[in-house]
Amino acid sequence: MSKFKKKKGGELPAVNTASLPDIVFMLLFFFMVVTVLRKDNLLVKQELPKADQVEKLKKDRSVYIYAGKPSSRYAEKYGTEGKIQIGDKFADVKSLQFALTEERQKLLPELQNSVVVALKIDGETNTGLVTDIKEELRKLNMVKIIYITSPGNELEN
Amino acid sequence: MARRATPEVNAGSMADIAFLLLIFFLVTTTIEKDKGIARQLPPDQPDNVDPPLFKEKNIFIVNVNKDNQLLVESELMDLKDLRQEAIAFLDNGGDGTCTYCKGRRDPASSDNPNKAVISVQNDRNTDYKTYIAVQNELVAAYNFLRDRESQRLFGWKYTEVKKALDEGDYKGNEDAAMDKIKQIQDMVPLKLSEAEPKKSGK
Repeated sequence: MSKFKKKKGGELPAVNTASLPDIVFMLLFFFMVVTVLRKDNLLVKQELPKADQVEKLKKDRSVYIYAGKPSSRYAEKYGTEGKIQIGDKFADVKSLQFALTEERQKLLPELQNSVVVALKIDGETNTGLVTDIKEELRKLNMVKIIYITSPGNELEN
Repeated sequence: MARRATPEVNAGSMADIAFLLLIFFLVTTTIEKDKGIARQLPPDQPDNVDPPLFKEKNIFIVNVNKDNQLLVESELMDLKDLRQEAIAFLDNGGDGTCTYCKGRRDPASSDNPNKAVISVQNDRNTDYKTYIAVQNELVAAYNFLRDRESQRLFGWKYTEVKKALDEGDYKGNEDAAMDKIKQIQDMVPLKLSEAEPKKSGK
């Protein structure tokens, strides 16, 4: 019965690793697709307040406004008062309208009328600054806003 | 010259290169998930328009001072009690027109959920954190009542179905669910007013 000759030795065959690159590439593509490289360079501190009664933001039609104290490495240059940031630069309340119109034009034309303003505001900011921003938004007729929060609840700690 | 077979390229290091890229993307990825409290601002109005009049008992006044303390209906209150107090106010049903209210039916409090207005007044120096916490509690009060009514009428929770509809993964007839959502919103409308904040110390 030489047809069924036993293999010599009991050593394990090496695991075939030829498909390893394929698997890794698959993972790679997944991460490449889901990665969002941060668009704006944050100049202000962002410790968002916590809330749990939240809704999701539709990304394609949103304009971001950041506000808060300048983060520690900019504090020397810009002081420690609460400031507003739109896009990559600081804006003050008076130049807010111009900066917002500019940001709105970057969106798709058919979505420009249903724009949602996402307010990313640090928890230690004064409400007065937020009110000023909202006043300007009303003048521009951009009345849909969303206060971006982090998950959790202020009551719990 | 005799043709030689081209030697095969060694692909053994392919995995290493792919791993390197993979690790780069793993490290740089921040899967962003922006969520928050959505609001619609009132449109800009000229100054000479008179504000609409409400009966005083239909207004629930929440005052937040610069030290982040709450004054609710002229009483000092902790943030944790605000939700219950707001639910009691909205659910009161003082004049008997609200058939689904389960409140105390106190004639000195709100008449009907669709007449009741919650007014929040902030100081300019209130922390934004406190402001959001107050808004969150008030929205929670509305959501509690909406959940209760949708549970009673349709057997599902308002917040869950609303979330599924927003994310587009609602199973079933979306239009019918939308109509029911609207119906609940009409029964318990979100009437949150914000007064102009006062200057500190005035």
